[in-house]
This record gives sequence, C-alpha cells and structure tokens, in this order.
Amino acid sequence: MGVELFSDIASKYNYLGVVILMMIGLYAMIAKNNLVKKIIGMNIFQTAIILFYVSTAAKRGATIPIIRHGHNGHGHEVIHAAEYINPLPHVLMLTAIVVSVATLGVALALAVKVYHQYGTLEEDEIRGQLRNK
Amino acid sequence: MENLSPHFPALIIIVPLIAALLTSAAGWLNRRLCFHFAALGLFTSLLVSTGLLASVLDKDVILYRLGGWPAPWGILYRIDRLNGLVLVVIFFIAFLNLIANKRTVEESFPEQLGGFYALYVLFVTGLSGMVATGDAFNLYVLLEISSLTGYALIGIGHERAPLAGLNYLFMGTIGASLYLLGIGFLYLMTGSLNMTDIASLLPGFYGSPVMVLAFLLCMTGLFIKMALFPLHAWLPNAYSFSPSASIGVIAPLTTKVMIYVMIRMTFDVFTPDFSFKMMHLGEVMVWLAVAAIIMGSLFALAQTRLKRMLTYVIIAEVGYMVGGFWLGNRMAVTGAVLHILNDAVMTLCIFLAAGAVVYQICGDDFEDLKGLFRKMPISMAAFTVAALSLIGVPPTCGFFSKWYLISGGIAAGHYGFVVALLFSSLVNAVLFFRIIEIGYFEPFSEGEGGHGVHHGPPAMEIREAPAGMLACLLLAAVSLIVLGIYTGDIVTRIIDLAIPPAI
Amino acid sequence: MNTILSLKPLLAVLTSLLAVPGIILSRSPNVREGWTFAAALAKFGIVVSMIPMVLSGVRLEYTLAEVLPGLGITFRVDAFGMLFAVVASSLWIVTSAYSIGYMRGLQEHSQTRYFCFFALALSATLGVAFAGNLFTLYLFYEALSFATYPLVTHHQDREARSSGRKYLFYILGGSIAFVLPAMLVAYHLTGTLDFTPRGFMGGIESKSTLLVLLLLFVFGFAKAGIMPMHSWLPAAMVAPTPVSALLHAVAVVKVGAFCVVRIITGVFGTDLLAAFHFDTLICVIASVTILTSSLIALTQDELKRRLAFSTIGQLSYIVLGVALLSQAGMTGGMLHIAMHAFGKITLFFCAGAIFVATGIKHISGMVGIGRRMPVTMGAFFLGSLSVIGLPPAGGFISKWHLVLGTVQAHQYAMLVVLLASSLLNAAYFLPIVYRAFFCAPGEAMFENRIAEAPVWCLAPLVVTAVGSVVLFFYPQPFLRLAALAVQTMTGGG
Repeated sequence: MGVELFSDIASKYNYLGVVILMMIGLYAMIAKNNLVKKIIGMNIFQTAIILFYVSTAAKRGATIPIIRHGHNGHGHEVIHAAEYINPLPHVLMLTAIVVSVATLGVALALAVKVYHQYGTLEEDEIRGQLRNK
Repeated sequence: MENLSPHFPALIIIVPLIAALLTSAAGWLNRRLCFHFAALGLFTSLLVSTGLLASVLDKDVILYRLGGWPAPWGILYRIDRLNGLVLVVIFFIAFLNLIANKRTVEESFPEQLGGFYALYVLFVTGLSGMVATGDAFNLYVLLEISSLTGYALIGIGHERAPLAGLNYLFMGTIGASLYLLGIGFLYLMTGSLNMTDIASLLPGFYGSPVMVLAFLLCMTGLFIKMALFPLHAWLPNAYSFSPSASIGVIAPLTTKVMIYVMIRMTFDVFTPDFSFKMMHLGEVMVWLAVAAIIMGSLFALAQTRLKRMLTYVIIAEVGYMVGGFWLGNRMAVTGAVLHILNDAVMTLCIFLAAGAVVYQICGDDFEDLKGLFRKMPISMAAFTVAALSLIGVPPTCGFFSKWYLISGGIAAGHYGFVVALLFSSLVNAVLFFRIIEIGYFEPFSEGEGGHGVHHGPPAMEIREAPAGMLACLLLAAVSLIVLGIYTGDIVTRIIDLAIPPAI
Repeated sequence: MNTILSLKPLLAVLTSLLAVPGIILSRSPNVREGWTFAAALAKFGIVVSMIPMVLSGVRLEYTLAEVLPGLGITFRVDAFGMLFAVVASSLWIVTSAYSIGYMRGLQEHSQTRYFCFFALALSATLGVAFAGNLFTLYLFYEALSFATYPLVTHHQDREARSSGRKYLFYILGGSIAFVLPAMLVAYHLTGTLDFTPRGFMGGIESKSTLLVLLLLFVFGFAKAGIMPMHSWLPAAMVAPTPVSALLHAVAVVKVGAFCVVRIITGVFGTDLLAAFHFDTLICVIASVTILTSSLIALTQDELKRRLAFSTIGQLSYIVLGVALLSQAGMTGGMLHIAMHAFGKITLFFCAGAIFVATGIKHISGMVGIGRRMPVTMGAFFLGSLSVIGLPPAGGFISKWHLVLGTVQAHQYAMLVVLLASSLLNAAYFLPIVYRAFFCAPGEAMFENRIAEAPVWCLAPLVVTAVGSVVLFFYPQPFLRLAALAVQTMTGGG
C-alpha cells in the first residue's frame, strides 16, 4: 500500500515543484557569497516546505473547510470529509510562517550587526579581514 | 501547591514563558529587576520539574491535555521518568548558569539586560517544551523557539559572534526544516501528529518507503541540530565566540536535548521495532559515532584556545551518546541516557570554569593560562574535577556512563566503538593535563638557590572569580561526584524503567 | 570464614581524607603538622585494631554505595590487605616526621599542598588495600595516581613537568588503555568483579582470552614497574625525597605489586593459573625485570636513581614469589612487601638526609661521608642488608621464603635468578657503604667532623633501620598474616 502511495505522490507535479524550490534555496545558501542572498535562499527553502504542507491538504473538487449549514438548525447533517480540503496543514503552516518570519528577522538582525562590524556583507571580504587581523 | 500539581506539565512551559515576558517588560522599567524575574522563573520551574519527577517515579506516565482538548486532536504533554529527569537537568543547569553569570551579563550587556534575560529564559522554555511535548509538530515549534533564541544569545556577543551566529542560523534552519519535512511525510501517512497515536498507527506502514524517507529526514534534521560529525561544522565557531553566559547554558543543553529528542522520536514515534530492526541503521550510525569521537578528539588536540578546544570535546561527546544509543542493547542505551545527564553537568562545570577564567584573565589562549593554579586555586580545582570526569576517572560521574557505554560495546561485540571510547579518554587526558600543566608549572621559577634548593615558581596574587560564580562552580563540581556515587540509584530507579522493555 | 559488617575499613580510609580540611585551614605550620600526625596515628590505630579479628579468620566488610548492578564501592579486609595496610599506615607516621625535617630543612615552597596531597595519597593507598572488588581497587588506584601527581611534580620546574608527563603517561595510559577494558571484559564474561580467595574467572575456558586479560592486567598496573612499564619510576625520583621514600618505596609501587598479586590470586586464582601454566610465564616476565633492573642499577651514579632501579627489581620479587604458586613462595612474596618497605624506606631516608646535610645527590661524591654522617650511613648499611637479603635484617626472612618457594615449585631457574640478583644487589649497595667508611685519607671528601642532618630527619631513619632489624627477629605479625592469606588463597586447610 505504501509503495502505491509513494508512486502516487511522485506522479504529482506539485511535489516536483517543491523539490525544485528547495534545491534553489539550498543552492543559494551554499553557493552565494552575499549574506543577504543566503538569507533569501534560506527563506525560499522554508517556503518550499510550507508549500509542500499546503499542497498536501488539497483535494480535487473540495471546498474551503467552512461548514455551510452549521447555523441553520441543520447542525446534525452528516459532513463528508471529502467535500472539504484538510484545514490542519494550513493551520500548522500558519505557525510555520510565523517561525520563518521570526527566523528571517533574527537573520537580518545578525546580518546588520555583521555589516556594522565589517562594513560589508560579502563573505569572502569578511574572511579576508579576519585573516588579516 | 497541592491543587496546582495536576497542572505541573503545563507549568514547566508557562512559568518560564511568563517569566520571559515579565523580564522583557522589566527591561523597560527597572533593569535590575530583570535578573530577579529570570531567576525566580527558572527557580520555580526547577521546583515544578522536581515535583514532576517525584510524581512520575511512582506514577509511570503523566499525560496532560493542553487546553483540555482530547488527544489526538489537542496537544498532549507527556511526562515519563526519562524526560522528567531531563527536565530537572535542564532547569538545574539553566538556573545555576544564570546565577553564576550575573556579573558577566551585567558587565557585557548593561544596556540589553532585559533582552538578554528574556532570550535566556525563552531558550530554556523551548528546550523544556521540546522535552515535555507529546506532539510532533509542537516539538518543531518549540525547537525553533529554542533555536532562534539560541542564535540570538550567540549573536549578541562581540567580535566574531554575530557572523558565527548567522552561520549557525543557516545550518540550524536547514536542520529544523528537514525535521519539519519529515513530520509532513509522517502526517501524510498516518494523519496524526500525536506521538503515541503515530506509534500505534505505524505498524501498518512498516514496509513503506515514505516511512523510511520520513524517518531519515527527521533524523538528519536532528543530527544537524546535535552537531553529529560530519554535520558539526557550525558548532565550534558558534560556541567559542559566544559570551560566557550564553555558552554556559547552550553548550550543556542544546546537543543533549537534541539527543533526547532523537531518543524520543525513535522510541515513542517510530517505535524501537522500526528504528532498530527495520532500518538497519545501527551499524552505520555507530561507525558515524566512532568517526565523531575520533575526529572530535583529534580536532581538539589541534586547538590552542581553551573554549575552542572544549567545543571539539563536545563533538566527541555527541559521538558517545549517538553511538551508545544506536548500539541498541540495554547496557549501551542505559549508558547513552546516563551520559545525557552526566555530560550536561560535566559540560556545565567545565564551561563555568572556563567562563571564570575568561572573566578574570580576559583571555583563553593557552598562553594566558600560565600560573592559573596560583591565581585561581578554587576555580582550577573545580576545573580539574570536571576534567577528570571528562577523562572518565571514578568516582566522578563521567566514569560510570563510560562504563555502561563500553560494556554495551563489548556486549554488542562492536570493538571499534570500544576502542574509540578508550582513545577519546586518553586524548581527553592529554588535552586536560596539557592545560593543567600550563596552569600549574608555568611560569617557571628563575634560577635555583644554593645546592639545588627549590623555592618554587614565583608567588602570585590570588585573584579568584566573584563569589557567586565560584559557589555555582563548586556546586557543579560537587554534583559531578554526587551523581557518580548515586549512579546505581539513578539507573535502577529511573533509567532502567524508562527504557522500553523490548530493548 | 565468616564476614561481618564493620565501619572500620571505611574509617581507616577516611581518616586522612578528613584531615585534609584541617591541613588546608591551619594557620601555623605546627598546627598543620599536628593534623597530619593525628590522622596518621588514628589511621594506624584503626588498622591495628582490626588485626586480631583478621587473624581469627573474620572478614570485615562495608559497602559504601552500590554504583553498578552487583558492584559497589566495597571494602573488605582480609589478611593480605591487612598486611599491606599495616605497612603503609605505620610507615606514614615515620615519613610524616621525616617530611617535617626535610621540607623545613630545605625551606621548600607550598608545604601545605604537599601535606594535603600526602594525606590524600594515604587514603587512596588504604582504599586499595581494603578494596573488596576490582572496581573499588581501580577507583583508588586512579585516585592514588592523581593524588601523587602534585607530589611528584612538587618542584614545578621543567624537569618536574617532564617527569610528571612520563608518570601520567605510563600510569594513566596503563590503567585506561589496559586495565579498564580488561576489567570490563572480565565483568562482561563473569558478571562479577568481587575478589574471592580462589579467583572468579574459573568459568572461562578460552585460553587465549585468559592470557590476553592476564597480560593486560599485569602490564596495565604500571605502578608495579614490570618492564617495559617501569621507566616512570626513575623519572619520578625528581620528587622531594620523603615522597620518593613513602610513595616509591611503599605506597605507589607497592600498590602496583599489590594489585598484580590481587589479580593473580583474587581474580584468576591459583588453580586456574596453574592449569594453564601461566605461572611460568609471569615468573619469566618478573625475572627478566629483576635481572635487567639490577644491571641498570649498577650503572647509576645518582643515588636516588640507583634506589629506583633497585626498587623495580625488588617489586618483581613480590610478583615472582606469588607467581611461583607454592606455599613458601607466596608467603615470601607477600612478606617481601613489608620487608622491602622497611629496608627501602631507610635507604631513601638516608639519601634525603645526605642531601639535606650536604646537598650531594651522586654516589661518586659520597666518598668518606661515613665519617661525617656515621649514624646515617650505619642505617644505610642496615637498610642495604635488608634489601640484599642478608641477616640480621628482615629482608632475609622474605628472601628465604622465596628461595624455599622456588625449590618447592621445582623452578630451579628462578632460584638462580634470585641468587644472581642478590649478588647484584650486594654489588650495587655495599661499595657505597664501604667507600663511605673506608677510604684512603686523601680520597675523603669531607672533614673529619660529625655533622648529621636535623634530628627530624635522623630519628625516622634510625627507627626504620632498627625496624628492619627487629623484623628479622620478630617477623611473626607479618608472617602470620601472610601465612593466613596464602592458606585462604591456595585452599590448604
């Protein structure tokens, strides 16, 4: 059963997109020389994972998870989960977005501090300064 | 207290969280209050966690539904003997380090007291939450809370600290993101985020490659966070450039808590059956650990600064615990768990001693350490005790966890691990005696008196660390010996019962 | 044999530990030395008070804490441990007196530290003597290594540093790299580390495993100075002489030999060794050490270094004697712990006294010194008689038993080794004495005027010299303990 599920997943293009985004982010973090570009790469990496979660919640033909007849006295109506997209990943990602914003904030604050110290954000120049000390 | 005790599992998060907010607010009103709020918050949490440990000792497991939502929908906090113990260690170390470093914080960050203490307490909140939570996603959030505050605590320092903190942030974020991705796959398969729930649904997915992927992603994320060789590159810079007050809490706790989380994930989420028997990872992991131990020790030998040398010792110690855990037999796992506790206190003691030295001498280059035994005899006595514990000399606690780890290695027939542990003990002996030699012998006496009479090296003024720092340091040193002597009780009454009987 | 619970062994270990705060906090040197003496006397008193019970066949036992499953910090007093404890605790009193004379005579620095670590070292020594299992033995063995490090390196100069390095390299290296894994494997295989009179390894049948373990233990306890693990000992002679005297004639080196004997008797057991013919192997290792070290001793000009090499040889007598596995041989080996201690400590005291009085370290500079320091050199003569093994000194008794033991065990090659070594001993000691007293008038390097070392130095060496003569006439206390120990270990009776 697991194998089919996996091939199911693999056949879905959204996952492919996520992987590409992740790789772009990772590449920026590793290869870029500028600290702010690295930070942008990191953010892309995190966003890719957020997209991954959100896309898992999607269902074909389903709608947003708000129960329409909830207040009309028809509260006891049977709810079919298939009619609604899964709300939980969205909720989780709300938190994850907050986390990634906070990470971004801390990273930028540190980058500002680094800039004040060395007068540059280019890593090779900073390394050169450290070596000369 | 009585009517509050059912809420203890929540209080260990809420108390420090509120304390952090108050500390932060106090920063605007009266800076001197910050320390008191932080200390009060951590001390209360220490009491609460001790109470928790006492009650799990006879109650097995305490489950607490946060906000009253039933599991598996709500977030469950789950305290058993093992994390009860880890919680006590976290708050003990955080509190002791806070008291010890009062003076250094006030002198280094006079303008940012509120911010620093708030970050400090938040960091501890994140760690304790990670340990206590029974929800895989909640764990991620708390992991990021402790990581973000950790980056800030490191980056707040001077000189190269911000850059080191930024690099740590990059690596740490990758680690946490991989963990998050792994949890995503888990959720995809099981539809649950509750640890116990996942574990109970898991047997149906044992053969699934997605499960394997989820497991590997989670573990890789954690390995980055715990600085397992070869994913350790962020640690030495981040730790050696950060302020003493930060490193005194980050170094003992971060790696150890991450190892606990690894244990929690393998036991309570992926189940020992899956982690040990189906993954066939054990052999690889133990060899990785062997590499970590040997490389950590060798790198440490190459250093010429005290704090930097200690960071490589930490990397080797991570290898001890990871290797012991993945050997997978009862002896070795006991050793790994015991070493979480012992290594946390050892690292605290050695970093407090290093902090005291840096504070008094204003440097930690080996050249600066000359004559240290005459300048700071009491601090150096504590340093020596911690060093002996890291070498593994009885009756200090370091010996006993090493005993269990080596026994486990012998029982598993994994002699590579045994040799690595012995090698690391010998290297530690060289490392620490090199420092003790510099502190004890140098500077050499000038010339010798009539017919070889020795009047010893030149006398030096005693310049001990401040009393508060010294008291905490001594307490840490004494607890190394006390932990060693009570090893028997800790193992039989807590650890033995905390490890799943299947192992 | 019945075992009773008793706090006494613990107290005996702790007395000198408890004196440490007193030593550190004392305002005046006299009060400080008062603490040392009080602890030494108390310790000796407690040890002696246990003798009658031990002789009547009772074993005293106390477990401090159970640290590992089935394994605690356990003290158990048996006849062999008692013998060693009596030697160590009695000689501590004498050495304390000598230390005062020596350290004050030379105005050494850091005397508080010195007395403090001396007390610690004695605690560790008694801990080894009373250890009830291999783990406890290891614990105190390590404690002794670290407690003696500041003593060995007391001068804190470059020479002391390099000696200290060598000391730790051999001793710590041996214990961590050899003894620790061997102990863990033994524990893994047998599930216990408790010493039993007949050994606890009987269940293991693999000869190669046993052989490896035995060699790891014998060489790992590097304090026993079995070649090639011996070279820390001459290096450690940079220590102040009282340290060399007590630690390198009594406590440290004898702890090494004691550990090896415990391994042979308490861990492996005599039957097992005999069954696999390991006894001969150990005898050969020991006799190589005996002969080599005696030959090296002949070439040494520095008195303390000559004594050090002599010690290396004499330690192997103990190992050799016990490894003979014959009744008389084992008795002789154990007795030698006591007899050699009294003889060798006298010699070290004399070396120190000469140094305090004249500043001379080398034998070539001691021609005619007997005229200046007749008492010291007289004691030196008695001490060397004891080490050579000639009457009327205690060394004769132990050597007699050793020789008898080789005959009993039909190890005639070992008999030759013992006799040859005795000749070598005589060759490196007697010329010193001879040239000190009898030399051509022109050769004498000293005026014909008596000028001895201070009385605090002189009295202890007279006491120990007389002690070694007394032991020739009254060896009974030690002899009875050794005989009892051998009896329980070989099961004869």
